[in-house]
Amino acid sequence: MPMNRSRRRFLVVTAAGALIAHVRICSALPALEGLQPLVDQITGGAALREGRVALDIPHLSDNGHSVPLKISVTSQMNERDYVRTIHVLSEKNPRPLVAVFHLNPQCGRAEISTRVRLNGAQNLLVIAAMSDGSYWASSAEVIVTETACLDAT
Amino acid sequence: MLARIQVPKETNRGELITVRVAIQHPMETGFRYDHMGRVIPKNVVNTLTCSYNGIEVFRAEMGSGISANPYLQFYTRAVATGEMVFEWVDDAGERGSERVAIAVTG
Repeated sequence: MPMNRSRRRFLVVTAAGALIAHVRICSALPALEGLQPLVDQITGGAALREGRVALDIPHLSDNGHSVPLKISVTSQMNERDYVRTIHVLSEKNPRPLVAVFHLNPQCGRAEISTRVRLNGAQNLLVIAAMSDGSYWASSAEVIVTETACLDAT
Repeated sequence: MLARIQVPKETNRGELITVRVAIQHPMETGFRYDHMGRVIPKNVVNTLTCSYNGIEVFRAEMGSGISANPYLQFYTRAVATGEMVFEWVDDAGERGSERVAIAVTG
């Protein structure tokens, strides 16, 4: 049945296209809902460049009480090029600054794993401050079914 | 405060050490109420530092956005035989610390 086959092909191609489009959207830095003042405070007005920061967090989480988050920053981690600080920012948490990690060249690898609380589906923004004064960021979208702040009305 | 810290007992000079820290702590957000309707005050482990032979190699400043029983994994490079000291403090001023010995060969 050629008709059926072409329909199947159409479905496969459109599904693949939608998936690629979705990944593209996720990889770009989104408009930061209310986070801009905090970002400016962290960077001191310096430009925030996208990249070098990789986030590993589940795209869908059943509840927001404990969501595993792994941050890795591409850096030589030597005296000339290292990550000074990593800021984790949440778009929808009542306190947007989740954590700040201070690193130095002796760390050897700029990678941190932890578990975060998330108040609902949102974007996480992670900013890495480098030793050369540049700021790199990456964001990840997380869908949270049950938020961590059910008690906070 | 109870904590579980995982660091390799021995390693070679220059190797990366994986450090895992888990602290037993409720990490109260300050947004919850008790059965009488009173706010449970915010109390989180706000700072954790890790020093290796007296030099600070890692510091974390945490807020209520970190899950209860905070868990952290990070890396540091083995430089010499000695001791890693972990110190943390919560909003109530309660302190905790743990010492781990590490043997470095080569």
